[in-house]
Amino acid sequence: MDDLSGLRDDFPILATEMNGRPLAYLDSAATTQKPVQVLDAMDSYYRTMNANVHRGAYSLATTATEAYESARARVASFINAASPREIVFTRGTTTSINAVAFGWGLYHLRPGDRILLTMLEHHANVVPWQLICRHTGAELAYLPLDDDYQIDTGALEGVIDHRVRIVAFSGMSNVLGSIGPMAEMVEAARSVGAITLVDAAQMVPHLPVDVQALGADFLAFGAHKMLGPTGIGALWGAPERLEEMEPAEGGGEMIREVGLHESTWADIPHRFEAGTPPIAEAVGFGAAVDYLTAIGMDRVRAHEEAITSYALERLATVPDLDVYGPERVTDRGGAVSFTLADVHPHDLATILDQDGVAVRAGHHCTRPLHRLLGVPATARASFYVYTIPEEVDRLVDGLHEARRIFGVA
Amino acid sequence: MSLDELYREVILDHYRKPRHRGRLENPTAHAEGTNPLCGDEITIDLVIEDGRVAAAAVTGQGCSISQASASMMADAITGRTLVEVEEISHRFRTMMDLEAGDAGLDPERPGATLGDLEALKGVRRFPVRIKCAALPWTTLAEALGSSPA
Repeated sequence: MDDLSGLRDDFPILATEMNGRPLAYLDSAATTQKPVQVLDAMDSYYRTMNANVHRGAYSLATTATEAYESARARVASFINAASPREIVFTRGTTTSINAVAFGWGLYHLRPGDRILLTMLEHHANVVPWQLICRHTGAELAYLPLDDDYQIDTGALEGVIDHRVRIVAFSGMSNVLGSIGPMAEMVEAARSVGAITLVDAAQMVPHLPVDVQALGADFLAFGAHKMLGPTGIGALWGAPERLEEMEPAEGGGEMIREVGLHESTWADIPHRFEAGTPPIAEAVGFGAAVDYLTAIGMDRVRAHEEAITSYALERLATVPDLDVYGPERVTDRGGAVSFTLADVHPHDLATILDQDGVAVRAGHHCTRPLHRLLGVPATARASFYVYTIPEEVDRLVDGLHEARRIFGVA
Repeated sequence: MSLDELYREVILDHYRKPRHRGRLENPTAHAEGTNPLCGDEITIDLVIEDGRVAAAAVTGQGCSISQASASMMADAITGRTLVEVEEISHRFRTMMDLEAGDAGLDPERPGATLGDLEALKGVRRFPVRIKCAALPWTTLAEALGSSPA
């Protein structure tokens, strides 16, 4: 295994305890922990650079603006965007998807048009489209999953036609880990002139991403799942798509000229950033991207495959445990969901919590997927750059303890 | 905090072998409760006759604490008058620190001891799980609010 364990010293929280045990944080798909480099960058911004951006005529404001725009440039190059102007800072993945739904969908969809989603989408990539359908009379369609818990591109032929205007799908499932079939989805969308949006909340943190190679129209992701702070994310958009979009929010900073009854908009991406943005968070986002770049996303991915592979191997030794997700580690990310006999996932999470092991239990904001899996809830362990095999071992020990407490024979 | 104190045998027994499980043909009161954060669900059917719970039935899905609490609750309220049910409910809520308590109930009065339900006391030490134990009771309150009796 590519040993990244030396990184752990950068994460102060990993040295803390939970219920008297060293914290084994296995919930990185929900949010990741933050390295001192990110914390220091934000702290230093407030201590030495704080001013509002794009407004002041004084030098401190210029410094703040440069810090904010430099973060944009670094986020852009992290996903190989052609230009920083293709990056809109948002509040997070959810806001990014809503920005497209309410900025593009609302103005381009007509009754009878279709939005194609998949059965493994997070609610963030379902509910905004349901809202848009209400406004426009468009309809939703869903691609099924195949036997290996992956988006079934074989079913594309039956659903992809000229009615489909938007194809929105997950780049990496937050429950199953399944990596989205990017090329097939983008190609299918293009063949009928539909636009594509990739919910990349899990993909951008865990895989090397090159938006120019991907060919999608929009990519939504957030900072806090990739070592950055909460409260900020990004929407990457192809420039011609961003130009077609109306702002979902109006206010200061996003205008060119304001009259009493009409206004005109600033250029992209500022058109979509009404009000004072989360500046310190942007600085933290930039620092997170620097941190991941220094490791190298290929190594991040290699480590994740190794730790996931180890986890799947160890979990296979626990009797009565069902694991959901693609069989091959190369087809999946580091989110592993499971159930143990008739022990409810919340009970599992409580038992593991007492051992200092943090896992998520519930439907992980994917009710349709859980109905498809035929279970009301699952427990999920999810990994990141700082996860070590010992933490997986403690997870497995906790599952044995759960079998004992519940008397699973 | 001991896990064995939380997962007492009687709780696991009610979880595995829930009492009064199912639906009633002609309920006079009914309510459905969910906890949207964790997905726990409870459905309660009641037959109220002459101010008394003649029959209670529960369905649902969720963790051992919510389902055991529902089973114990159905056990505890069946055959009781509505005044007694109110008292049991109050007693349960004070035990779980959900309501300001009067701990000094006359031990001879119905509901003064909670029987199996006492096993849920251990849940108090696990604050995030208290809502699991409470779900059947808030659903019961809703059902009784809906009763014409």
